[in-house]
Amino acid sequence: MSHAVPLESDSAAATGGPGGRGLEWFGVAAILMLVGAQALGLLTSPADRDMGHLQKIMYVHVPAAWNAFIAFFVVAVSSLLYLWKGQERHDLLAASAAEVGTVFTALTLALGSIWGRPTWGVWWTWDPRLTSTAVLLLIFVGYLSLRAFIEDADRRAQWSAAVGLLGALNVPIVYMSVRWWRTLHQIQSTPSTVDPEYVVGLRANAIAVLLVLVYFTMKRYRAARAERLAEQLEEQAALEGRGA
Amino acid sequence: MSSMSGRRRSALVVGVAVVVGAFGFLLYGNIDSNVVFFLTPQELLARGPAAYDVPVRLGGLVQPGSVKWDPASLELRFAVMDTTGPAVAVQSSGAPPQMFRDGMGVVLEGRYRRDGVFQATELMVKHSNEYRKPEHGERPQEMYRSLMKGAGT
Repeated sequence: MSHAVPLESDSAAATGGPGGRGLEWFGVAAILMLVGAQALGLLTSPADRDMGHLQKIMYVHVPAAWNAFIAFFVVAVSSLLYLWKGQERHDLLAASAAEVGTVFTALTLALGSIWGRPTWGVWWTWDPRLTSTAVLLLIFVGYLSLRAFIEDADRRAQWSAAVGLLGALNVPIVYMSVRWWRTLHQIQSTPSTVDPEYVVGLRANAIAVLLVLVYFTMKRYRAARAERLAEQLEEQAALEGRGA
Repeated sequence: MSSMSGRRRSALVVGVAVVVGAFGFLLYGNIDSNVVFFLTPQELLARGPAAYDVPVRLGGLVQPGSVKWDPASLELRFAVMDTTGPAVAVQSSGAPPQMFRDGMGVVLEGRYRRDGVFQATELMVKHSNEYRKPEHGERPQEMYRSLMKGAGT
């Protein structure tokens, strides 16, 4: 293969964040920290006065929700940057964060549902918090399908940026829904409504899941760059084939 | 690649305006009074005869001392109220969720019957945002077990 293709992205794939091995080590550390934080949360906190050990779901449901919000914040900022500067890397970062955020949102809903059945008595109800979260998930499922359907990279990036921004605007609505409207879901807990025995485990898990979020997003970002590169090579090959 | 055509730019401006408008409506549009997840007992009673026999959600606090559970017929009776004010009698069937007890917030799905009893088809317990360890000598879920005593569950 001696194609003299102008590939600025060739080296860029390696410079996207920590170096090749570095990212993998970071991932190992993130997973280990998550295991440790889970152990801390599960082993050190007493059974809740009302719900017993059901309370433990807090250590996965809440970090998943918070970090989904963070992921969508990254989507919003990257999408704005793309619309402003038109640089491909911002589009690819938005796509990567959106994918991880979508998974975390689905996790939030699933784990919340598992908690809701024994606590509320129902797996699901159409209260404003649950409904707005479902809408958030659907918008980003739509975002990901949209990307898969548009072949032209520039157009894909522009449309995605618009949908990504719209979707991310849902985050404050989801967050405030429990204060703006009547819901079955409780309003946000604060350290004053949560005994310190539970706060430590929650914080440790929130940080651990944040590290996992960063790892997944960076990993996905690299894959996105590699995909983009393959796309460009294909285009180039097709053009050359036609020219000959 | 970065320059947008005028048309695309104006489309973007319109899009942003729509989003900001929708957001403002959510914030200040007072849709609270039009679309509510549940009515409180006082709101239900204020509707008068219009409240009868229509599917509705009713949310309130379980009036302390009002809970009567019949393990034989699986019939649960209690009353819900706002923090103060008149209570609405509720009839439900089936074992209540584990968290159900006096003073807890509940959301019910069902119909307000003409005899003044709310017939609930779904009973949901609203959990507060508090997470507390048991106080000395207190055992979690004890209240539930005592409530469910003799029910074979």
